[in-house]
Amino acid sequence: MTPFPKIQTVGLNGILISFADTMSEPANRAALSFRAAIDVADWPEVSETSTSLVSTFLQVDLVTQPLDAMLTRLHDLLDTQDWYTASLPAGRTLWHIPTVYGTDLAPQLEEAAELAGLDPDAAISQLSQARVRVLTIGFAPGQPYMGELPKNWDIPRQQALTKSVPAGALIVAIRQLIIFTNASPTGWRHIGQTAFKTFRPRSDSPFSLSPGDELCFPSVSRSAFDNILSTDTSGAGGAETEVLP
Amino acid sequence: MTTTLTILQAGPALTIQDRGRAGWLAQGLTKGGAADLVALYEGAALLGQSADLAAIEMTGTGGTFTASEDIRIALTGASMAANIDGEAIVWNASHLLPAGAKLTIGGAVSGTYGYLHIGGGIATEPVLGARASHLSAGLGAALKSGERLPIGPDKGRGTGMQLPRDTRFDGGTVRVVASMQTDRFTPEERERFTNTQFARDPRANRMGVRMDHNGAGFHAEGGLTILSEVIVPGDIQITGDGAPFVLMGESQTTGGYPRIGTVIPRDLPRVAQAPAGTKITFEFVTLDQAITIETQHRRDIKALSGQITALVRDPATIKNLLSYQLVGGVTSATDNPFEKDI
Repeated sequence: MTPFPKIQTVGLNGILISFADTMSEPANRAALSFRAAIDVADWPEVSETSTSLVSTFLQVDLVTQPLDAMLTRLHDLLDTQDWYTASLPAGRTLWHIPTVYGTDLAPQLEEAAELAGLDPDAAISQLSQARVRVLTIGFAPGQPYMGELPKNWDIPRQQALTKSVPAGALIVAIRQLIIFTNASPTGWRHIGQTAFKTFRPRSDSPFSLSPGDELCFPSVSRSAFDNILSTDTSGAGGAETEVLP
Repeated sequence: MTTTLTILQAGPALTIQDRGRAGWLAQGLTKGGAADLVALYEGAALLGQSADLAAIEMTGTGGTFTASEDIRIALTGASMAANIDGEAIVWNASHLLPAGAKLTIGGAVSGTYGYLHIGGGIATEPVLGARASHLSAGLGAALKSGERLPIGPDKGRGTGMQLPRDTRFDGGTVRVVASMQTDRFTPEERERFTNTQFARDPRANRMGVRMDHNGAGFHAEGGLTILSEVIVPGDIQITGDGAPFVLMGESQTTGGYPRIGTVIPRDLPRVAQAPAGTKITFEFVTLDQAITIETQHRRDIKALSGQITALVRDPATIKNLLSYQLVGGVTSATDNPFEKDI
């Protein structure tokens, strides 16, 4: 019998439902769909929900809420369907975010392309046609971990950290992409640069992306990118959106 | 006109803090808020106001402050030497700060985080539902000399009250419940963990507190293959070099290092307040035991206002002590000759 889905308490703060112990598309799908189902169920004991790559977290005050009753209801909800093949929640957004690949703005494209077994042009072509999903948000506010890229992008992190890559950097490792929220050191390789702000604390919608959203990173020229930089005041970085059915 | 508090001189690490922002975990933002929540409740009890109001958190040392009107203040958390216009004032107590008077708060004598509470609270504009600075997320900033902060309307009355101090500033035993990855550590490794005396490392901040110890580091089985997973405040992660790191309110929302356990909320202020070098040991308790401890703790917090007593002036703080007639007329050995001075 598979040990998953596995239910565990997290401190006195809540309950974690894990769908796997390694990253996979079905397990990520299960985590996103199960969270959506919990949000729909709207149990009064659950004050907040979130997902990591392959698990769903329910913030529950275990000091006041009887755990056994919660576990029974969780098991009942888990049994209602196969979460690994569940439909993703409706109303997610598809984003097209203009990206400059390579150049001095993103100096590790060539190195990453070589590790992925491609020449730089083929790498740009593959990356700008890829459509990835926000697998989870974390590390910094609004910062998406996106995937999965084709298998040839299963490239390791660097041994040494890059001292700092700027906000809006598109970086790659282990078949995933990240857009950086803030300038930060990283072991991932900096292959593209966007003008997209993932976190806009004083805006009406401070967090641009939600887990489950999908993204494309079409390649644009340096002059088109500079034009976005000089005209965009919203932080959207020239992104276009459509609602996914 | 809005009453304001001006920071004449800011210590190196002053921030505005409240109980933090809940509700943004899925978007990658942890709750943050005061490092020592008990101190927030104490300040609220001393001033007879809501614990949701924002205060100034002072790490290691305070600063000098002055207000545009008479205001009520309370000082809680790590004890710091404090005076108003040169006259020493008692910590863990409420005081009147007259308009234009200078409040000076020095370095911490015990503990790490001191709090300056104001009657009516610091009334800066909330961002995402709270006033708390969350520096690692880029929300708010350390307060600077010359800054002027708005103060909310003070509906309370009375100063010169105090609360007894507890022992959370001295390190000691910190209770832990098992968490998601506790079973990744062998029983022997867990036993070694609870038998080890740790000292708080100087490398500590609102994101986390590193614990030093002599001897080998701690290791999980398959420690490097753990997927990034949700973090809750108090999680003890074991980093690559085997040192435990207690994650605090301003940590990241997720992390890939294995967690050996989670410090219960009751004991998290003890971790936060332990000054560098203070001895700390960890003790596992069951979930049921933790719930019992936490239930009692919440009762104690609710009952804080019942613990308040009128401040009896310490003769050492009375400037013209020598001019007082201290002995004459004393008829009882148990009477307190200073009671009349309240």
